[in-house]
Amino acid sequence: MADIRQARKTLVSRILEGDGEASRSERRAAFDNRGLAEPLTTLVEKVAGHAYRVTDEDFAAVRVAGFSEDQTFEIVVCAAIGVATRQYDIALVALEAATGNETRKD
Amino acid sequence: MRLRILDSGHGFGTKALFALIRTVSRQPVLDVIKLVKYRTDFYGQPMGVITQDAMRGPSTWSVGDRELMAAFVAKANQCEFCTKAHSAVAQGAYRDGKRVSAVLSDLDSASVEEPLRATLLMLGKLTREHAVDMDDMRTVLAAGASRQQIEDALAVCYSFNVIGRLADAFGFVVPGPKAFEAGAKYLLARGYR
Repeated sequence: MADIRQARKTLVSRILEGDGEASRSERRAAFDNRGLAEPLTTLVEKVAGHAYRVTDEDFAAVRVAGFSEDQTFEIVVCAAIGVATRQYDIALVALEAATGNETRKD
Repeated sequence: MRLRILDSGHGFGTKALFALIRTVSRQPVLDVIKLVKYRTDFYGQPMGVITQDAMRGPSTWSVGDRELMAAFVAKANQCEFCTKAHSAVAQGAYRDGKRVSAVLSDLDSASVEEPLRATLLMLGKLTREHAVDMDDMRTVLAAGASRQQIEDALAVCYSFNVIGRLADAFGFVVPGPKAFEAGAKYLLARGYR
């Protein structure tokens, strides 16, 4: 049985609330894909929507804006985990709706 | 890779491990390994727990089925690295390369069990459109997949919607088939931790 809910909470808690080089507000904004300024907006939107469209120039723009590689690493990781988390949560809601009273709580 | 720290920012012990991998496998270290070994407390370790459970934990889906799901999700995301990597693992697990290539090239006509086909279709929609609804789930249930199988498949989908994005965003080098074969042997023998 692959019940990843607790492990997923641990991961999300670590990347958003634990120590990091990027601020907690930047990591949260990347996770939510909301509230970032350029050039992070472009990078994070690509990671969330069509990651294969990310370019060297997207990373160069973030570097020129003053973000370190470690900060960029964290922001990209948060963006990827954020979109996967939203997908997973939406799918679980749909599954619970389809299975009625078989709903299992955390 | 687009971040130098992911190529060469590891500690001495990790660099020694990479040298050992290169010597034993006679292949370059895959970029995905460099990623998970960089600042492991932030991403590699907690993500590894999830991926190991999703891909190798108890499930009525076989390891081959789950690796096929990973490759299918990767293809839906147009992630070349993960599509090739997990196609190789699925082929090794199934001992049947034709099954994997048939599913990835045309799921509708591929000779696979209906619960697996319906589950893959749902995962593809979730990955491409970021949404599925109750009717989508009812379709999968009606095809014969259990609720638990769907949850297990969603765990695979979660992992590979993270990993594929990171592969493309960080610009993983896509090596030749021999490197993926070596990676597949490792993942089948040792898993994701």
